[in-house]
This record gives sequence, structure tokens and C-alpha cells, in this order.
Amino acid sequence: MLMKIFFKFKNLKYLFLVFISACIDNAPLDSLSPEGPYARSIDELFWLTFWIAVIIFVLVQGALLVSVLLFRDKPNKPEPKQVHGNTKLEIIWTVIPVLILAFIAVPTVRTIFDLAREPEDALKIEVIGHQWWFEYKYPDYGITTANVLVIPSDRPVRLEMWSNDVLHNYWVPKLNGKRYLVPGQKTYLNLHADNPDEFWAQCGEYCGLSHSKMRGRVISLSENDFNLWINNEQQNALKLEDGSLAAEGQSVFLNAGCTQCHVINGVWDTQGDRIAPNLTHFAARTVFAGAALENNKENLTNWLANPAKIKPGTFMPNLELTEAEINALIAYLGTLK
Amino acid sequence: MTKILEPKKQNSIFRRPSSETGIWSWITTVDHKKIGIMYGYAAFFFLLIGGLEALVLRIQLSQPDNNFLSAAEYNAMFTMHGTTMIFLAIMPISAAFFNYLLPLQIGARDVAFPRLNALSFWIFIFGGIFLYSTFIFGTAGAPEGGYLDEEVSWLGSAPNGGWFGYQPNAGLKYSPGTAMDFWALGLQILGIASLISAFNFITTIINMRTKGMRFMRMPVFTWMTFAVSFLLAFSLPIIAIALFYVTFDRNFGTSFFLVEGGGDPVLWQHLFWLFGHPEVYILILPAFGIVSEVLPTFSRKPLFGYAAIVFAGFGIAFIGFGVWAHHMFASSISTVAQAGFGLSTMVIAVPTGVKIFNWLGTIWGGKLKLNTPMLFSLGFIGMFVIGGLSGVTHSIVPADTQQTDTYYIVAHFHYVLFGGAMFGIFSGLYYWFPKVWGKMYNETLGKIHFWLMLIGFNLTFGPMHWLGLQGQVRRTWVYAKETNLQFWNVIVTIGAFIIALSIVVFMINWIFSKRNGEKAPFDPWDARTIEWSIPSPTPVWNFSTAPNVKSLDDFWHSKYDEDEEGRAVRKPTADQLLIDLEEDGLNPKEEIILPNPSYFPIVLASGLPLLGYAVIFKSIALAVVGVILILSGSFGWGTEPLEEGH
Repeated sequence: MLMKIFFKFKNLKYLFLVFISACIDNAPLDSLSPEGPYARSIDELFWLTFWIAVIIFVLVQGALLVSVLLFRDKPNKPEPKQVHGNTKLEIIWTVIPVLILAFIAVPTVRTIFDLAREPEDALKIEVIGHQWWFEYKYPDYGITTANVLVIPSDRPVRLEMWSNDVLHNYWVPKLNGKRYLVPGQKTYLNLHADNPDEFWAQCGEYCGLSHSKMRGRVISLSENDFNLWINNEQQNALKLEDGSLAAEGQSVFLNAGCTQCHVINGVWDTQGDRIAPNLTHFAARTVFAGAALENNKENLTNWLANPAKIKPGTFMPNLELTEAEINALIAYLGTLK
Repeated sequence: MTKILEPKKQNSIFRRPSSETGIWSWITTVDHKKIGIMYGYAAFFFLLIGGLEALVLRIQLSQPDNNFLSAAEYNAMFTMHGTTMIFLAIMPISAAFFNYLLPLQIGARDVAFPRLNALSFWIFIFGGIFLYSTFIFGTAGAPEGGYLDEEVSWLGSAPNGGWFGYQPNAGLKYSPGTAMDFWALGLQILGIASLISAFNFITTIINMRTKGMRFMRMPVFTWMTFAVSFLLAFSLPIIAIALFYVTFDRNFGTSFFLVEGGGDPVLWQHLFWLFGHPEVYILILPAFGIVSEVLPTFSRKPLFGYAAIVFAGFGIAFIGFGVWAHHMFASSISTVAQAGFGLSTMVIAVPTGVKIFNWLGTIWGGKLKLNTPMLFSLGFIGMFVIGGLSGVTHSIVPADTQQTDTYYIVAHFHYVLFGGAMFGIFSGLYYWFPKVWGKMYNETLGKIHFWLMLIGFNLTFGPMHWLGLQGQVRRTWVYAKETNLQFWNVIVTIGAFIIALSIVVFMINWIFSKRNGEKAPFDPWDARTIEWSIPSPTPVWNFSTAPNVKSLDDFWHSKYDEDEEGRAVRKPTADQLLIDLEEDGLNPKEEIILPNPSYFPIVLASGLPLLGYAVIFKSIALAVVGVILILSGSFGWGTEPLEEGH
């Protein structure tokens, strides 16, 4: 029945969306264009409530306007009847909202439990929040990456999340609602995309100076592409020893201080976690610096020259690199496919 | 004219002050009307500052990736905007109304504890000054180990952890410097002021009602004051404890909210919202009360369903303590808790709906006089309904996980707290203007103010619903160009400046009308409640003789009968009654004893910020001075003669 009611409104809904989005096209964080089953079940619930709210809105505002138009003072208008109340009416307008809310409550509670349930064939991925980037670990495959979450589109993923410092809030609007990342606790969120595509993510909870730049991308891949990606991510980086610009960059990486925080598997392995993103497959990621910047030469130059200018409060120091060192580093990072 | 006795010189150590005009009369006053007026002006001053902070935020957000403010400045500005508007603007403006009107509405000469009332006010003032001194003394910076490209400016040296101060981000490690200590200690001081007022008002309402003023004859505004006072009394201790935890975590090495010390950051959220949600009703119920006075008066009809409105108010206050976790649906609470708090949130919509329908029932069939107070009250209904409906969409937990932490929420609570609380407050400011100043405000300017504010308000907060659903996250200093959010952000910023313009119109109206306005007639609105049965401006003794109340809306019934159809008919004696009331009100026949002014509330209050500074600067000396001020204030308070005039 719910679906039927919803369906009736569907055309209206699109009319409304076209009207209101006349000036916006393609907002990548749009929570009203679900592209997966979890987000879609939320969307259906929202629109059901929305249209009920619209009806109440029209009735109440209508009553308000009609009262003002009908009953505004005019010359020779007689004094009004002194009505003190009407028990029957008051009972009616208490009971009707109760019934409406009970009607909404049923699918709400059902959806709450549906969304929380762990899907049977889900791929488990760990999400760790840091000021101000998301780290992803694939325990089944031994992969550690950052900023870009790659998921298969043929099955759901189950995110197991926690934070390394303050509260964060993981949000991919087109795939599901938000869930906090809490230090010392684990929280869970399911994602599933209909098709191979790219989605935007954003930290929802205020987490300090660069909260606004704590973003992310989610890329869903077909089964085949996903397996190719996994295979590639499992490879170590090769140590360069050929005297090229990239090899110079590698020695900058090893000697300038980057290794204090970053890891490149096969080149600079360490025991335990480092506080900064794993760079082994840096060039395979479309964005960096908490997904605040597109991965290109210009952005990398600015970032390496002065990280705090782009992300205030960042834990990456200004290493006072020379222009030559920066160019070499960028050449090296470009080889980390 | 006056029968108030001149104070006699007495041989006590602490003579009570006797100035009736000039600055000392305000500093030492214990008169609820003067205190109310001071509350009003101080709160309005903070409202202007909070408004400026909002404008600065809106300029920053009018462009994607804007550089008008630094991240540190932006974070400080939104934290101070929220903190200021809630604790330093809306709450004290409500206190201004409580102070001025409560004794008048129940036929009392003052509140139960006049000196405590002055103490509340001065603690509020010192708390506000203390909080804002962060711009001079406060420090803020990057989290431990982080880097900044530039020094934090004075604008950024204010509290920056959000008005909600979520832990551990607001802890010392992630918010170093003293700014967040100013926040925690400032709110602590302000909380004391509210707590004292709450008990004062509860006692006043229970004990000081005039003859015949039974509970079910009290004006709804008085009822809502009563409800708010209980909400304050029960919710403030919770935040007081939580703020002590924060202060101890930050300054004395405890770890109530720090995981590494075995604490729990989510505990802070529970404590904060267990206070924070009742706080929402603390902010909105006074407006409910004001609107419930204005609508019947300007409809020339009694309030529809008086008892239902009163009990709905208390129902909201009670259920308001059981919905706090709906601020945390995306947090780590369990699925069962999500369902439970979703349902309790739906339940609270019912009494709120009852109120709205009863207000509509009040104006239905009336004879509506569309003066400025009435326009604001009608605007209140229209705007509050929108906020209420978007509130219902939050109780749909899965939908809320999309909406929470976005501008959709910002839109929702501004429709409740601005479209609701502030519209109600402006309605009340115009409605009681003649009572307070004895002058009429300018109706044309009042209407311009209303329409500008209504348009500006909807331009500002209407599109925010859409921006939130389109993915604009709250508390973000910049948004990426690719998010395509710019268009509506520009509209929102334009709307914010229209609101600012409407406030300028309001101020012009206030200043000129107060000085040059027409003399207000004694009962300009043909009103219903007994505060209109005394002269305007209110004489210092309020009622020359204690009124004897025979019914709800007693003043109206002394002027009007009902004919056989139930229509109001003005009694032939009404005109003479008003003349007699004014004559009597200005010339009391018996000796009137009023509470004497006192120096000690301000002395006692001045010690509290020093204790705050003592924690921040780790200074024993400041603490000693603070304690001395508090003790000597208390001692003087306890030993000063009660009634020097006798």
C-alpha cells in the first residue's frame, strides 16, 4: 500500500524537483538522487513523509490565510461570538495527528531495522577516520588505501568504522545515510551501488579546522574491474634505481622526512600504522589531501609547497622543499600506479 | 503623589542605597520592571552581535572556496553565533518578558525574591562579558601536532568547538588554547543566572498570585513562564555537571570524555542533549505564551481551548525530556534506541499540533485587528508550522540520517527558533511597548519591519532546506565549486542582509517612538489580562491596590458582557471603569512598601567571572579575590537591614 501511495506522487515529485532544481544541475552530494537500494529505501520514506507534510502545510497555512481574509476587521463588523473551545473538535485534532504519525511510524521502524541488518554476502571494509581524511582497509585482501573507497557493484559492502581522533561522520548521500566514526567504538554502515559509477563522500560531523575539506570519493566497479583493482593494489611498489627524475623523487621521499608519517609498500615498509595515507598506489587515486584536491601536477605542487595553506591544521608539515625537489617528488608519485 | 516613605537614616553599617534616578538607581535596583528592561537591552545588544556574526558567516559562504574568513575565524564565528543567540539573546530576552510581565499578570508587586532577581541579571551580564572577553584573552590553534599557515587572528581566538562542544574535538588535545575554557566556564556562569531565575519565578507564581488568581485563571504567558522555569530547574544541573567535566578534562587532567583515559565521548552527547533538547522548549515556550496573549486580544475572542493549550505546554515540557537522542540518530546509539527515540519524537508533535490548531481556532470567527503584534503572531504560526513539519521528517530516523549535519537541519531549527521564538518575541515587544514606555510605537514602521523580516527570513532559511538535501554540510568553512551549491547560497546571503535591514527599521521605530511616540492610552488594545488595568507606563508600585480576580481574562470581563448570541457587548460602565482605574492606579490610597535597592547583588555576581579567570590563568590570587567578593557580597546581603524606611 505504501508503495502505491508513493507511486501516485512520483510524477508530482519529479515536477517539483525540476522546478526547484532549475538552477542546479548535477549536485554530486544530492541526497535526493539515490543510486543504490539503501539510499532508495530512505528516499521512499522521505517522500512519503514529505507529501503528508505538504498536505498538512497546505491545510494549516490555508486555514491561516482564509481566517485573515475572512475575519479581518472591517467597519461595522459586529463583535465576534465568544467561543471558549469545543471539546469534540479538540479531540478530533488530537486524534488525527496521532493516526497520521502511527501510519508513518510503521515503515519508519521497519526501515530502521532493515538498514541496520548485515547483508549476507557483504564485503567487509574498515573505515578509519583521521583529521581530515578517511582511511580504508580491506582485511580480506590485506589492502590499505585512503580518500577513494573502491567497492564492487555486484554485492553490498559492510563498513566497519571507528575514529583515530575526534568524531567524524561518513556520508555518501547517493548510497546511504550518515553514520558517526567514534573513537573507541565500532559503528557499521552498508553501501551498495546499482551500477559502476563514481560518488562523492563528505564528513558530516564538525571535526575541527579542516572539517569542510574532509571529503571522499566512492568508486563502484563491476566484478571484473574490482578484481583487477584488488590485484593491482596488492602489488608492492618497485624500488627505482635508474637515475631518472622519478628516482630522484624517491630519494626525496626517503630523505626529506616524508617517511616519518607515510608508507610505500616495498619501498618504505614499517611496522604498525603511520598517521598519514599509505602512498603505495597514490597515482591510481583521482584525488588526494582528504579528497579536497584533484590529483594533478598543479595541485600537488601547491600542496607540497605549503600543505597548511590548503588544509589549515593539517599534520603534514611544510618541509621547505625546493622547486626541484617538488618536481622530482611529483614525478615519483606519478609512478605509484 | 507618592505614598512611598523616604528612607530614614539609620545606624546600620550597610545603608541601603536610595537613588531613584541615574546610573546608581539601575545598578542597585531590585525592581522587576527595571531589571526586565535591562535584560531586554542587554539581550538585544547580544542579538545584534550574534546577527553580525551570522552576516560574516553568510559573506564567507556566498562564494565557493571563499577566502573572506580563515577556517579558524569561520569556526569561531559559527560557534559564537550559536552560543550567543541561544544563551545571550533569546534566553535573556525571554527573561526580560518574564521579569517585566510576570508580577503584573498575577497582580503582584514584585517577584518573590527581588534581590535574587537582581543577582540573576548581574550574573548574566558578567557571564556575557566573561564569554566575550575571549576575543581579548582567549587563544586557539591547530590540534596538537597540526600546522597552521598563519597566526590565528583575534576573530579566531574565540571558542571554536561549536555551541554543542562535541567531545573529544572540544577537548584540550584537539582544541588547544583557552577559548573553549571561556566557553565552558561562560556557560557555567550563565547557567547559574538562569537557575536562580527559575526558582525565583516558580516561587513567585506559586506564592505571589493576587486574590482570586487561581492557577486556572492565570494568563497563558504566566503558565508558559511556569513551564520554562521547571524546564530550567531540571535541565540546567545536567549541563552544569557536563560542563564541569569538560573544564576538569581540559584543565585538571581528568578524562570523563577521553577514550585514552577510559572515558566516553558519546556520554557528552547524551548529557548535552539531555539538557539541549529541553533547552529548545525553554527557547520556544515563552513565544507560545506571548502568542497566546496576542491572538485573543487582537481577535477579540477568548483563547480557544485554554486548558488544552496549558496542558499541551506542560506535555511538551515533559516529553521534551524524553527525546534527546534524536540529535544522535547517526551516532553510535543502538537500533532499538533509534526506533524508540524516533517514536517519542513523533509523540511530541501531537501536543505541538494541538497548540497550533487551538490558535487557529482562536482567530477563526474573530474580528482580527492586524496591528504589528498580531502580524508577528500570525507570522509566528505560519513559520512555526514549517519548522514543526520539517521536525517531523527528522523523526523518520532513516531520513534523518540523510538530513542530519546538513543545512536542512539549520533551516529546520531557524524556522523554530527565529520564525518561532523570535517572531513571538517581536510580537511581544510591540504588544507591550505601550505598557512599558507609555508611548505608542509607529504602526507603519512596525508593518515595514514585519514584511521585510518575513521576506528576508524566508529567503534566508527557505533555500537552506534545499541546500541541505543537495548535500551542503553544516559548519563547513568552504564548499567545493563542483557541488553546485552556489546559486542558493547567494540567495541566502541576500536574505540575511534583508533581515539585517528589518532590524534597523525596528531599532529606528523603537528609538523614535520611545522618545517622540504618541502618548499611549491606558488600554490601547482593549486587552484581556490585568496588566492592562494599570496605567502606562507601569507605576513603580504596579497595582495601587491588590486586584481581586474573578475569572480568566478578568479585565476583559470587567469591560464586556455576552449577549444571548454569545457576542461581546461592551458594558455601559466600561468607560467610567477605565477612568477610575487610571485615577486609582496613579494615586495609591494606602502606604506602599517596596523592596529597597541593594548594592550586594552586583558585588556578589562580580566574583564569579574572577573564579572563571582563575581557572583559565591558573591564578590562585584571582580565585582569592573572587571568593572574597562573593563572600563579602553574601555577608552584606545577609546583614543589610530589610526595610530601611521603617
